[in-house]
Amino acid sequence: MTVQTMLTGRVWKFGDGISTDHIIAGRYLGSSDPQVLGEHAMENVDPQFAKKVKMGDIIVAATNFGCGSSREQAPIALRAAGISCVVASTFARIFYRNSINIGFPVIECPGLHEKVKEGDTIAVDLEAGHVVLPGGEKIPSQPLPPNILEILRAGGLVPKLKAELEATRV
Amino acid sequence: MNPARLWGGRIDMPGMTMAEKILARASRTASARPGQIVDGYVDLLYMHEMLALAIKPFEEIGVKKVWDPAKCVVTLDHWVPPPNEQIARMHQAIREFCWAQGIERFHDVGDHGIVHQLVVERGYVHPGELVIGCDSHTNMAGALGAFAAGIGATETAAVMATGKLWLKVPETLDVRVHGKLAKRTGAKDVILKVIQTTGDDGAAYKSVEFHGDTIKAFPMNERFTLSNMTTEMGAKAGMVPSDESTKNYLEAAGAKDAYRPLDSDSDAGYVKVYDIDVNGMGPQVACPNNPANVKPIEDVAGTKIDMAFLGSCTNARIEDLRAAAEILKGEKVAPHVRLIVTPASQAIYRQAVKEGLAQIFLEAGATFTSSTCGPCFGGHMGVLAPKEVCISSTNRNYPGRMGSPEAQVYLGSPYTVAASALHGVLTDPREA
Repeated sequence: MTVQTMLTGRVWKFGDGISTDHIIAGRYLGSSDPQVLGEHAMENVDPQFAKKVKMGDIIVAATNFGCGSSREQAPIALRAAGISCVVASTFARIFYRNSINIGFPVIECPGLHEKVKEGDTIAVDLEAGHVVLPGGEKIPSQPLPPNILEILRAGGLVPKLKAELEATRV
Repeated sequence: MNPARLWGGRIDMPGMTMAEKILARASRTASARPGQIVDGYVDLLYMHEMLALAIKPFEEIGVKKVWDPAKCVVTLDHWVPPPNEQIARMHQAIREFCWAQGIERFHDVGDHGIVHQLVVERGYVHPGELVIGCDSHTNMAGALGAFAAGIGATETAAVMATGKLWLKVPETLDVRVHGKLAKRTGAKDVILKVIQTTGDDGAAYKSVEFHGDTIKAFPMNERFTLSNMTTEMGAKAGMVPSDESTKNYLEAAGAKDAYRPLDSDSDAGYVKVYDIDVNGMGPQVACPNNPANVKPIEDVAGTKIDMAFLGSCTNARIEDLRAAAEILKGEKVAPHVRLIVTPASQAIYRQAVKEGLAQIFLEAGATFTSSTCGPCFGGHMGVLAPKEVCISSTNRNYPGRMGSPEAQVYLGSPYTVAASALHGVLTDPREA
């Protein structure tokens, strides 16, 4: 599995401080089944969210997205619900690392939140480091450090380590 | 030699913060500067039920054995004892993994505790170490002068396989706290004030250090509460310099030889310094639905509550239980209130029984449970219904954290929880 670095999708907008309790509630943490988690994604904000999302949609949020717990079920739930990428002004650190580690693209793009509305179609270019608005305007995003791009290109931390391990055995 | 250079760092180099010193040592380099990406070799990896989610990725990586089972600690804390078969299977998988991997410091149900409390009270965390835990409140262990940060399941698998992880050396915020607090006011009230000041992302990606006379005077149990809730500032780590209090704590925990004094150099570089005067400050509470939405207790006193919870890694140590018992001794909680008291570890539970605290809680009408994270994250053993109001000694009150997204959670100190349970409304513990 490799991660696409050019993503186009429909926007779902969220504000500041969307916590992991918003993204996937504690009552579902007994499950590690992505499908179950995906069905309850964002339930504490919008109980209908998982039903409305289409494959490839993009979340655009303001600051501190994913604050709170270290639960990896949060990015797993979003991906399983169909979300292809989260673009936020800033992320909470563990959510950010968890996302990259499972090969789920997340990118910081301060200012984008004010420039898009729900339902817009935007394009995210992870490698070039920008987001393209419906009118064609390009908003620069924070460039991903080389080590993070490397993990994403490999499809996540597990495939990356696996490949490295296999390389040392040859 | 510069006397401030207590450990790490060379006299011919610019000063380093605690985080920089520890990450330099952990990455086997002479210096670590903010922004640099280093591979940190882990001194301690501790895990709870999240280990169950790490087993599959660990196996997928293709490594057969954990890099160093003697550097791993595992306990069960989120759902203890298991409330259903799904969790029982999860515990079973963890148990079998620990046995197969030779992880001797596996603390099973009965010998368990909330992992952050368990690792400090057993003397597993030491100043100067790189400590990684698979939970966001791993920051708590930083109170012992360690660099302690939380990670998720996939990365836990990676650390088990390789013994290291990449870390961006963080910038450091210095939080200096001065002054003498009012009666029945402590570290929980201070950290809520700090979170209000910085915001709940004010320390995002950063390390936080605590200095000042108020901090210096705090015993270890209070320092744990401070470091614990640096998570609610968005911090990567939250550290208190190691000193005589640290030394005494380590000695009591059976890790006397692990003591070393550690502080930032006097010429270390901080990205920001906060000077916070708490002289005469009374109890604070975080109001729904954000830990940074903090008010003095006087502003919300009289708000009717349905549940009071004294528990979690943040505030359920023996000193916290003693504080609550001081208020509840010989009294009864309000008839419409459920008070749930859940010690942070089984060691604390046993001590509470021995000291007669359990008896005080039970006679006051409380439910006294064995140790678990349970109610704090809305898991089990005290979940909130819609519209219910709770005062809790825990760390977060985002919507749905403790059950229904329509429930209202206030965060406060053990004193505030006990006083409010007694009167059935949010109550200033100085008047209880």
